[in-house]
Amino acid sequence: MYYLELLVVGLVWGCMYAMMALGLTLVYGLLRILHVAHATVFTLGAYLGLLVANATGNLALGFVAGAIGAGLLGPLIYRLIYQPILARPPHVALVASIGLLVAMEDGFRLVFGPYGLAFAHNPYMTTTWSLAGITVNTVQLWIVVGAVALLTAFAPFAVRSRAGVAWRATVSDPAMAESFGVDVIRVRYLAFLMGSVLAAVAGVLVGLLNNLVEPGMGNVISYKGLAIIVLGGLGQVSGTLVASLVLGVVESFGTIYLGNVMDRDAIAFLFLVAVLMVRPQGLLGGAH
Amino acid sequence: MDAYLISVGTFAALNVILALGLNLISGFCGQVSLGHAAFYGVGAYVAALASVNGVWFPAALAAGVAAAAAGGVVTGVASVRVREDFLAITTMGVGFLFLGVVRKAPWFGAEMGISKIPSPLGRSGYALLAAAVAIGMVALSLHLRRSWMGRAFDAVAQDEDAARTLGIDVAGYKLIAFLIGTATAGLAGGIYAHMTQLVVPDAFSFVASVTILAMVAVGGIGSTWGVVAGAVLLTLMPELFRFINDYKLLVYGGLLLVVMRFSPDGLAGLAGRLGGVRVR
Repeated sequence: MYYLELLVVGLVWGCMYAMMALGLTLVYGLLRILHVAHATVFTLGAYLGLLVANATGNLALGFVAGAIGAGLLGPLIYRLIYQPILARPPHVALVASIGLLVAMEDGFRLVFGPYGLAFAHNPYMTTTWSLAGITVNTVQLWIVVGAVALLTAFAPFAVRSRAGVAWRATVSDPAMAESFGVDVIRVRYLAFLMGSVLAAVAGVLVGLLNNLVEPGMGNVISYKGLAIIVLGGLGQVSGTLVASLVLGVVESFGTIYLGNVMDRDAIAFLFLVAVLMVRPQGLLGGAH
Repeated sequence: MDAYLISVGTFAALNVILALGLNLISGFCGQVSLGHAAFYGVGAYVAALASVNGVWFPAALAAGVAAAAAGGVVTGVASVRVREDFLAITTMGVGFLFLGVVRKAPWFGAEMGISKIPSPLGRSGYALLAAAVAIGMVALSLHLRRSWMGRAFDAVAQDEDAARTLGIDVAGYKLIAFLIGTATAGLAGGIYAHMTQLVVPDAFSFVASVTILAMVAVGGIGSTWGVVAGAVLLTLMPELFRFINDYKLLVYGGLLLVVMRFSPDGLAGLAGRLGGVRVR
């Protein structure tokens, strides 16, 4: 039962990573940019969600506000920062993205204070559900249900809808897609928007889970998100989802077995380095 | 000179060493590293441990250099295996791995770090030592640029496959770049540890790596004098403008963003466009 519990906790984290990493992989697939500043979207979503929920007393409204407000930040980042430097070497966009993340974290600290904020009404963290000997709280349940629902909604969209086909065409060959009449710019905005909405929702959920929203809450998750998209074989959606769940479970078991040698984040990156040494193209990636 | 100026000058020299080391790896050889502070940390921790256990100061520094260089070569081997964006994330992982281990390991003092490190030199002694190493790094960088090895680095940075076709030992040159860059970072770490007599994990975090990268990028990646200017500028900025100390990271991040957005080749590129000077 103990191992089963570890597995469940790992899968919950994995679902959360998946919501975060999907946006990173969408952006990377289209633009070859490691979008570290995705963490800013995550944190802004959490702050907006918390502020609106506390002001109105309605958590659903908080989720909507976070998703819309932070969701729009993604396309804005693309328009103002990435678009003008797309032709530059890859490190330029990466450094700019890190700069934005670092500056915005300090910005959050200056505006909202360094100690973080808590939800005024958060019974979800302590309400627990038991099934077959496994206990999870409501927020953990939401994370799993939310991730599964949002990602399942995404699948047919990516496979069947016009926008999804346009996205996949642009990933595999931007020039060819454009000459067939795909509006490449629109596809990019859409990718940033969808990825950002997912990250914002994940931000509110993590805020609820810890009952704490703080300036740096998105950082480590975003670094791990990058590790995940690398593990998944950069720019591959299915690989990213598998890698998210695997990393969540590896971390969960790792803290038990390696917890006195290294911390949780180091375990995640040890796993990353180990996998890349054996499979440089990632877990599911094909040969280059 | 008063003690304050000397210590600021020493930090500027240490940052020049770190930034030029990273510039060698990322600028000359094109291997973007997001974990340079880890090698600074390895040098600091190993030299500190050696000194605390009674090892002679120069030998302790050498131990730090050797440990950092060993870590650098291992990372260099990774750079032969994985490329570009994969490598950037791998080096970031190396940084987190180092931090995660020293935070937990009792022989590294865990969160408390290592304190009461013996200090064999005076304040100006460290300043002179750091300045001498920094000047050596500048000379090395300028010389490398014009040497066969520098041109080989450039070939690897421009197009790995083409370089390999021309018979350039791509893997070997990557390893050498990592070796030199990380060994000098280890030396800077050893000096830092003895000067401050205290090392804690937080001094070598991801933010520290980003700060070194900021110096390189703001100065102009690949340009020796540009990077020196970037390192000195970013060290002095918080000191000159005491009022921005509270907003240090806001300014750092903002500067990175603005420079990358409007002058992706940094101060060196800006000087080239405005003054018509080619900055080496």
